[in-house]
Amino acid sequence: MKEAYLKIRNLTKEFLSEYQEEKVIAVKDFNIDINKGEFVTLLGPSGCGKTTTLRLIGGFENPTAGDIFLDNVRINDIPANKRDTCMVFQSYALFPHMNIHKNVAYGLELRRLSKREINERVEKILELVGLTGLGNRPVGQLSGGQQQRVALARAMVNEPKVLLFDEPLSNLDAKLRIRMRIFIRKIQQEFNITSVYVTHDQEEAMTLSDRIVVMNQGEIEQVGTPEEIYARPKTRFVADFIGKQTNFLTGEVIEKDDGKLRVKVWDKVVTFDRPDEFKKGDRVLLVIRPEMVDLSSREGTFEGEVSLVTYLGSEVIYEVVANHQLFTVQTSNPLKHGIYHRGNKVFMNFDLKSIYLIKE
Amino acid sequence: MTKTKRFVAYLKRIPSDIKKLLREPFLLIGIILVNLFLFLFIVLPLFKIFQLSFEDKGQFSLAIFSELLSKKYNVQPLIHSLTLGIAVSILGTLIGFIFAYAITRVDIPWKRFFNIMATFPIIAPPFMMSLSAILLFGKQGFVSKLILRDIIQFKIYGFYGLLVVETLTYFSTAYLTLYGVLQAIDPALEDAALDLGASKGKVFRSITLPLATPAIASAILLVFSQSLADFGNPMILAGNYTILATQAYLTIVGMFNMKGGAALAILLLIPSLIAFCLQKYWVSRKSYVTVTGKPSAARIKMDRPLTKYSIFGLCLLLTGIIFLFYGMILFGSFVKLWGANHTLTMDNYKHVFTVGWEFIKDTLLLSSVATPIAGILAMIIAFLVVRKSFPGKRLMELVSLLTFAVPGTVVGIGYILAFNQPPLVLTGTAAIIILVFIFRDIAVGVQTGIAELQQIDPSIEEASTDLGADSSITFRRITLPMITPAFYSGLAFTFVKCMTAISAVIFVVSGRWNLITIAILGSVENSDLSQAAAFSIVIIVFILLALWLIQFLVNQIGRGRKLKFEKAEALQSI
Repeated sequence: MKEAYLKIRNLTKEFLSEYQEEKVIAVKDFNIDINKGEFVTLLGPSGCGKTTTLRLIGGFENPTAGDIFLDNVRINDIPANKRDTCMVFQSYALFPHMNIHKNVAYGLELRRLSKREINERVEKILELVGLTGLGNRPVGQLSGGQQQRVALARAMVNEPKVLLFDEPLSNLDAKLRIRMRIFIRKIQQEFNITSVYVTHDQEEAMTLSDRIVVMNQGEIEQVGTPEEIYARPKTRFVADFIGKQTNFLTGEVIEKDDGKLRVKVWDKVVTFDRPDEFKKGDRVLLVIRPEMVDLSSREGTFEGEVSLVTYLGSEVIYEVVANHQLFTVQTSNPLKHGIYHRGNKVFMNFDLKSIYLIKE
Repeated sequence: MTKTKRFVAYLKRIPSDIKKLLREPFLLIGIILVNLFLFLFIVLPLFKIFQLSFEDKGQFSLAIFSELLSKKYNVQPLIHSLTLGIAVSILGTLIGFIFAYAITRVDIPWKRFFNIMATFPIIAPPFMMSLSAILLFGKQGFVSKLILRDIIQFKIYGFYGLLVVETLTYFSTAYLTLYGVLQAIDPALEDAALDLGASKGKVFRSITLPLATPAIASAILLVFSQSLADFGNPMILAGNYTILATQAYLTIVGMFNMKGGAALAILLLIPSLIAFCLQKYWVSRKSYVTVTGKPSAARIKMDRPLTKYSIFGLCLLLTGIIFLFYGMILFGSFVKLWGANHTLTMDNYKHVFTVGWEFIKDTLLLSSVATPIAGILAMIIAFLVVRKSFPGKRLMELVSLLTFAVPGTVVGIGYILAFNQPPLVLTGTAAIIILVFIFRDIAVGVQTGIAELQQIDPSIEEASTDLGADSSITFRRITLPMITPAFYSGLAFTFVKCMTAISAVIFVVSGRWNLITIAILGSVENSDLSQAAAFSIVIIVFILLALWLIQFLVNQIGRGRKLKFEKAEALQSI
């Protein structure tokens, strides 16, 4: 087992709010091991402490407790300007009075590299981000996407040990955002750059990351690959935060034998294949994604009534009320399967293989 | 209770702040130096005045005040100063409001011209108005003697004269404050009121005026403190109407009574400080409008002919008066002997550039040395205050802004008290004049710098740190270039103030180092009015040249940004 490249141990950050005297815990007991070349995303709602964590790694904040190790060196006491980390800022933070070339060369100049080497490296990185020949442009004249590339180039050109991203795509329009995240991922993989990325956009996190850290109120809820996070959420928060409109049903384990788990939900008994960690009498939470439900007009486990229909072309989203609970159901290819209307009686069938159980 | 808690929380932060500072020796040295300068050249002089007035045989005592307040010749200047200040502030704000409202809300022609006329008094030496008043309405006055043939006697020496000249001088400040706020009020608010059925008059009364009220209060307080601090005009026009600022000077210079002068200075300082605190901590909090400097969307203008032309007429009348005053100085500077021989001549300018050359040279030299130092220092203080965290930061900000509140006379007295004896003997040197120049108006530079910095995303500086720069490199290569406009505005403002300064420097000038403003005062006292006028015109020409030069420099580096000189002045009110 090789040693992790970026190691964070029991990292805690408390702020004293300036006017209210109370302590605000922004990050609490944060632990993670990140391997060289790995792309890890910190994901969570605003105020969950993800940006603070990133700024702690970058050296812009001092931790209240805990340690950060980079390449086996404790970096807690190294100030931001001496730390081998580079950040891509949310606002890009390009120096408005310098052109592209000067912006990118800034870090190299501070390291007193020769003029020739600086120029070579800047040219190379500008080519990589697709800005060849634009070095003399003032940054004020660039489009959002171009500014983003300059910001990326400015950080990457220094070949930092860790590249930090603070919601770098949040100021771009939807289409450009998708293009840029593919671009970032490609470059990151090609150069094997260890990266920590902060976002509140789960789709962004899913497409970019090797692993995702879901945070809530300063604490880690779950660390895992995008698939693990989506398919096997550890807590209700993760199940709810990841994915759109997750449905929850509570049930009780009434029987457990030869690899089967019988769970009583409402007045029905549902059988699952995953008995591992549960025992008889446990209360469980069924995590049912909208796409795990099929609708039928004839037969099914639960009966309900359609209360809202949202037609999106390739798919239809329904709201179905069953037993006084609202379900979100997503069906694909409506041209083939037909469309239900508001007020229709429907039956819901759950895809029991996909549904995940959480102990309540 | 909460205050103690807050204080404890603040104390708790100190160790971590200090730890951070120790990692950056440059920053630490910078902070220590700035604090040392602020202490030596702002706090210490003030402290000396307090010490001299309150100390009686080594003990704290209020005896001097009971003595002061029991004598009529001391109480009177206080009452005079306050009466004049209140009258000038109300009248000046009214005129400032008329101009600001006309330019922002009424569909009148010649807006640019009115704007220039309303801001011109700021760059002119303040006592020019008094000189002009004498030229116009004095015993040998153009109006009083040549036109009216002594039919009416104008009492220009005293309250009414001062009221007119100070109003004409200081309404500009009110104008800029009110212009900024009236401009910044979201037009949608007024549109909404119109849309809901209010007449334009009703919109003015129910929306515009209430929103502008804090700014009006602010303008009144600012003009009030400017009137209190005014030195040049009362020196020329006060007559028997004694004023604190000049009385303190005369007590010290004329009667060699240091202690009495210092005590008068404190009487002057107290109302100024009160006005400053009211403006800073009370009025500005009531404001609904933030001045961003961004032009807002199109605004519906008053266009009813009656309103429009009466306001236009009023503006025309006021600018006419301003024109008359300044024009008379220009005319006077070419006249052989005012009141007796009105043939045109260049003699006065010959005198200015021969006999007066020493004064011009000294003024230009000292101003040119002080201006860049003041500019850089102000930006450093702004940077430290906005971007860095260290113990005593609030105090640093407060002290640097304190100079707003302290009248020049008080500063001057403080300087002769503080630097007349070891360890720092500076009286008679060029250094003391330069120091007065630097610290007299540093607040404006600091304030402009702070305002500019607060609009700049801090992550730009963090990016610089992230890429390996320490605080000093970041300041030099990133912060300073980004706040160039504020920096140059600060330079322009400081230069104008140096060229026109009189109240504080009059205490520290010497035979070896002298200034034009002092020369003008001397000429007026000798009744060499034409020479004084020529000196005044020369000052204005040099100021305009310098402003043009600074604007030229800004254009060279500055991505076509316009010098925000007026903003610098307007920022006093924020």
